[in-house]
Amino acid sequence: MTDDRDVLRDVWFGRIPTCFTLSQDEITEREAEPYYLLLPRVSYFMLVTDKAKKHFQKVMRQEDVGEMWFEYEGLPLKWHYPIGLLFDLHASNTALPWNILVHFKNFPEKELLHCTTKDAVEAHFMSCIKEADALKHKSQVINEMQKKDHKQLWMGLQNDKFDQFWAINRKLMECPGDEGGFRYIPFRIYQPLNEKPFIQKLFRPLSPDGQPHSLGDLLKEVFPAAVPSDDEEKPYQVLIHGIEPMLETPLQWLSEHLSYPDNFLHISINHLSRD
Amino acid sequence: MLVSHCMCVCAHMYVSHMLSLSSPNTVDVLLKAVGDTPIMKQKKWTVERSRTIQALSLFIKKFLKAEPAEQLFIYVNQSFAPSPEQDVGTLYQCFGSDGKLVLHYCKSQAWG
Repeated sequence: MTDDRDVLRDVWFGRIPTCFTLSQDEITEREAEPYYLLLPRVSYFMLVTDKAKKHFQKVMRQEDVGEMWFEYEGLPLKWHYPIGLLFDLHASNTALPWNILVHFKNFPEKELLHCTTKDAVEAHFMSCIKEADALKHKSQVINEMQKKDHKQLWMGLQNDKFDQFWAINRKLMECPGDEGGFRYIPFRIYQPLNEKPFIQKLFRPLSPDGQPHSLGDLLKEVFPAAVPSDDEEKPYQVLIHGIEPMLETPLQWLSEHLSYPDNFLHISINHLSRD
Repeated sequence: MLVSHCMCVCAHMYVSHMLSLSSPNTVDVLLKAVGDTPIMKQKKWTVERSRTIQALSLFIKKFLKAEPAEQLFIYVNQSFAPSPEQDVGTLYQCFGSDGKLVLHYCKSQAWG
């Protein structure tokens, strides 16, 4: 899998220009200027927004500062989803920068989980990696690692260190011997505004007769509407890291190269409007 | 006798609020306590597929008479904590075996 290392770098260093604006509901002592950041797609909001938080808190009284949360066009953004997924899911067809509202009160209890420290992000991130390895290798690879390896995965992500992260993550991307793929592909399929957060099923990288399954094969199985028939205009956009991979792309290759650091392929399926 | 019968009925009603009879929309879930977390007398439950881990966690906390704000960790395969928004049906499909999903619960962090 090391042949395509450039792809791993491109995915890791993907950035989204973002403009943070303080919500009008917040009480400030003077006007808050917007704050601009280039957000890493593979990271999480709580890991990369310290500067924006400080910027806004400078104009606020301490007693008005509650737990920070973000909103895009009326929608609270889930901190436990990777940034790139949130963008693909909710904002992929809008002009840049991505305009996000910042809140410090009226926390939407029903929509969001609380996240008061980065430990919550770490716990979530590590759980996702463990779940992914349960699907890929029956947890064998993650269980054979030492605590310091787990820490290195997390620190690599938190500090945006590609080499540090991939020195360990490559072990999670290996396939045993001659099997030609993982046991199952860890994937999640999302749709904007869907009540159920995502679709996740068992899906093997190879067919029973040993043929590689493609992205199209996966969609046919779990989301057939996203696969256009020959004479039809495509009704959906299928996005991973902001691109539309060809439906013929082998799923095992996608899993090894286009998974997020949590080891899941997060696939966003957006309905294409015809206006 | 009468008292215990009443309690039984109450418990049953309490449970049926959360859980319903076995059907294609439900899965069997086995709940196991870890460490010094109190056990539940009834271990096997029929749970709607659409129930989230968050809802299940609240149910267990109520059952154990724990405060809603108290932490409760739920684990699959004794290894990872599923996302609270994850539904039981998906977990059953991916990680169930022998017709049931085994979940461990714990008041303190048990696995990583």
